[in-house]
Amino acid sequence: MSASTRDSFYLYRKLKSSLMMGLTLVATVLTLLPLIFVLAYLVSKGLSSLNFNFFTHLPKPVGEPGGGMANAIVGTFELVALASLMGVPIGIGAGLYLNEYGGSLSAPARFAADVLIGMPSIVVGIFAYVVVVRPMHGFSALAGGFALGIIMIPLVTRTTEEMVRLVPQELREAALALGVTRWRTTVSIVVRTAAAGIATGVILAIARVAGETAPLLFTAFGNRFWSHGLSEPIASLTVQVYTYAISPFANWQRQAWAGALVLTGIVLALELGVRWITRGRLKPLR
Amino acid sequence: MAAIAEKARVGSLPGLLGDRLFRWSTATLALMVIALLAGFAVVLTMQSRLSLVKFSFRFFTSSNWDPVNEQFGALPFVYGTVMTSAIALLIAVPLSLGSALAMVEMLPQWLATRIGFMVELLAAIPSVVYGLWGIFVLGPWLRDNIDPLLAGYLGFLPIFQGPQLSVSLLTAGVLLSVMIIPYITAVCTEVFRAVPQNQREAALALGATRWEMIRMAVVPYGYSGVVGAIILGLGRALGETIAVAMVIGNRPEIAASLFMPSSTLASAIANEFTEATGDLYLSALVELGLVLMVLAVVLNAAARALVMGVVGQQGERR
Repeated sequence: MSASTRDSFYLYRKLKSSLMMGLTLVATVLTLLPLIFVLAYLVSKGLSSLNFNFFTHLPKPVGEPGGGMANAIVGTFELVALASLMGVPIGIGAGLYLNEYGGSLSAPARFAADVLIGMPSIVVGIFAYVVVVRPMHGFSALAGGFALGIIMIPLVTRTTEEMVRLVPQELREAALALGVTRWRTTVSIVVRTAAAGIATGVILAIARVAGETAPLLFTAFGNRFWSHGLSEPIASLTVQVYTYAISPFANWQRQAWAGALVLTGIVLALELGVRWITRGRLKPLR
Repeated sequence: MAAIAEKARVGSLPGLLGDRLFRWSTATLALMVIALLAGFAVVLTMQSRLSLVKFSFRFFTSSNWDPVNEQFGALPFVYGTVMTSAIALLIAVPLSLGSALAMVEMLPQWLATRIGFMVELLAAIPSVVYGLWGIFVLGPWLRDNIDPLLAGYLGFLPIFQGPQLSVSLLTAGVLLSVMIIPYITAVCTEVFRAVPQNQREAALALGATRWEMIRMAVVPYGYSGVVGAIILGLGRALGETIAVAMVIGNRPEIAASLFMPSSTLASAIANEFTEATGDLYLSALVELGLVLMVLAVVLNAAARALVMGVVGQQGERR
């Protein structure tokens, strides 16, 4: 091979490398573009339809302008609270078991949690429909909270396990060496040390379920008015946005943008806050 | 000393009881997680038995979804799910791989961290918001700009013929790709980070360019992890419900053209469940859910095993 062909081949390889690396940069830009476009449309379309009444008024019937989603905002908070009542204790307890005891249950429980994280949320809705809605003979806030709670359980389980694993073994040994019982060690030393991380996991799980629509469609259902009691159907921001978005009425569509902006604001505020506080120490669950 | 020992002995009895109680109660909660998964399988199978018995395999080979005459064939939904997921992967895989490689192999750490953060934000946006954006922005944009292009250059293919609508298989597929890119990118980034540095150094020492190093050392080492990441993304795409239901047009028929409305397993459940009259109709819809569940369990188990093989103990944590 003469020197010049070797040089030109080398040049070709260098060029090809630069070209491919350039393409990876293009891919990165294309990956991030939707984030910018979605947020830009949300803010521009949402802000113009958002006003004070949106937070304080009930939805208006078709044809009447104005109205708000006060009941849906409150409903979302209520549903998330119900879900947390169910998902947080079970998740934290199971997560503690996975790392602190690690008995014969832990491998199947870890597998089950992983698979449940990937379970399509509409399937969770069917499950909650059969287990709660049908025996109670009607859609209810309880059923919606139950469905969201199921989604929270595996998320909280896995983050708790991960956070508790980061607690240095020496702390446990020190406590046990002082004669502290195992469960006191777990509660007062391990959980306290990992408390910030566990709370972070809980908040991320809350952010996740606050944005869920599919499992609420036939559990919490939706409500145009205030919900009086947990056994009644209840409105939520997500379902309200969904219903309004697919409606043919311009006023409702505008309200959908406003609702989506508020919803995204809540979810991203939780996510951003937590991420900023932990700064990369916590890996997201997928 | 004796007093301390005495105290420890006396104190240990209730302490041990507490230990046992605590262990048992947390074990019960862990058991609940397992029972929940088993519960899903039992409940969905039981509730779909009417349809399972009546249609058996015909459920998947018939394309006749006719609630009025109580005939249920799920082929149109299977077709919609397969096509939307295929479009989503076709777009998402190269983009995700590219951005993961850029973040790990090229960009400085500070920039890569920030991009990774933005990718996480993409994953955090609720799917109903993506759906809303799909209806009013992405769908019309694709119809006006991309559909004519595809029809112009690739119009000889039946999938790019016919009327162009903003609610279509194509819109759903593109929207899904936006939604699964964050998942595939994040897992791929982690996989590429797990490739030992000496693999790269060895390739570079042999005179490889940066791209050759990626081809020779990084990608082969992380190959099964990348496959796992793609399967994980596929699992997400199959199960995504609301965003797809909003932009796909919900028509339970198989149309050759990607510009036409269709329906997926998940979107059919979302649309028809509350309107389902009659036990057989409901049972058929639950069977769609059963199919989704089985697919999700299989894909997730496979993906996790593959990713864990590369990332190791860390991967086990997810």
